[in-house]
Amino acid sequence: MAEKTLKVLVVSAEREVWNGDAHQIMARTTEGEIGILPGHEPFLGVLAPCAVEVFAVDGNREVVAVDGGFISVEPGRHVSVLSEFAKLGHEITLEEAEKELYKAREELESAANEGFTNRDPELEVRYERASAQVRAARRHQEITG
Amino acid sequence: MAASLRELRQRRNSVSATKKITKAMELIAASRIIKAQQKAQASAPYSRELTRAVSAVATLSDVEHPLTTQIENPTRAAMLLITSDQGLAGPYSANVLKKGDQLVEFLDEKGLDIDAYVTGRKGIGYYQFRERPMLGTWEGFSQSPGYAEAREIAQTLLDAFMKPTDEGGVDEIHIVYTRYISRISQVPEVLRLLPLEVVEADEDDKPADPGEMHPLYGFEPEPEEVMDELLPLYISSRIHYCLLQSAASELASKQSAMKAATDNAQQLIESLTRQANQARQAQITQEISEIVGGANALADANAESE
Repeated sequence: MAEKTLKVLVVSAEREVWNGDAHQIMARTTEGEIGILPGHEPFLGVLAPCAVEVFAVDGNREVVAVDGGFISVEPGRHVSVLSEFAKLGHEITLEEAEKELYKAREELESAANEGFTNRDPELEVRYERASAQVRAARRHQEITG
Repeated sequence: MAASLRELRQRRNSVSATKKITKAMELIAASRIIKAQQKAQASAPYSRELTRAVSAVATLSDVEHPLTTQIENPTRAAMLLITSDQGLAGPYSANVLKKGDQLVEFLDEKGLDIDAYVTGRKGIGYYQFRERPMLGTWEGFSQSPGYAEAREIAQTLLDAFMKPTDEGGVDEIHIVYTRYISRISQVPEVLRLLPLEVVEADEDDKPADPGEMHPLYGFEPEPEEVMDELLPLYISSRIHYCLLQSAASELASKQSAMKAATDNAQQLIESLTRQANQARQAQITQEISEIVGGANALADANAESE
């Protein structure tokens, strides 16, 4: 076990969101929660919309809202978290995320009421993105107090 | 003569006003190229990691995925044309459209029907004027495309690809975009987006070391499902890449077109100034000769009457 820390790279489609060293990463894949420690076996998992937590070596905890994407662990290289619209917890304003969540939920409900059997996937994506952002923003507030 | 002098001066003034405009457009385009390049660089890590992951899944598990399998007798292909929203960018849009027409011809010979999807007002206008059908159009972001737009386009194209062919689905997807090489050189190119050839190293990624082996991955969920998730992301990322390249190309093309326009205006101003000066001088000379002629005539008349 030569490696004591994880090199972490969090990227969204438009930019690099965060990179640095960390002790641990907590994420949720479509199968369930996963924690990744240094020396983890090679792994590739599909992320569920969630708040990924990165325990950085400097003691900070970074919360990243992801709307899907994936996490890949490659020994000797780095752990990469890819998500199209990844956002750091402190970049999200809770009110805005909540507003967006509320709007998306209303639209989903009105679509359901009108009796669309096949739900609009685009809308669901929006809803899940918003809910992940709300969760991340709340988590960020909990951590920083 | 006087009218011509005024005309020349008027023309000179209007040309110099135009020159100011083109100069400003040149500077704006130049500053935006830098931004476009930064955006392209910022999105590079994502596509690099994504390509790595896709190739890891593809090489480690023998996943037969509908997005990577070549259909034996393709009958219908989709073409995505990436053009600009604004004109005044030199031959930028015209080149893409020309390349698109070549692609249509090529696919036509192979017996494929073409569905056209167009981004950018210039391309849309071109197709509308010729009354060619378009199945999807997008506009308003040609100079600074975001990922959300790329995703929307990818979704539309994927839907078309996944539909069975006899219901109007397509078997192949091609993108016509403009590759940005440098500020002076941008080349329109055709890229086959689907079916994917994931095994081949991409030209914009560093070629993987031949000796480098992918480690044995644990997959969660199953590799097939991971592939299902990854490939649409990969496609969105490719489209995003093409949009960014095209945006940088459009701006570079605009900059050089505006630079040429500014230089032309400067030349025109110089020659008009010369003509105006000549006209003014000619007018003065004529006036003097008229005065001298008049004075002589008077002197002659006086001499005769004495």
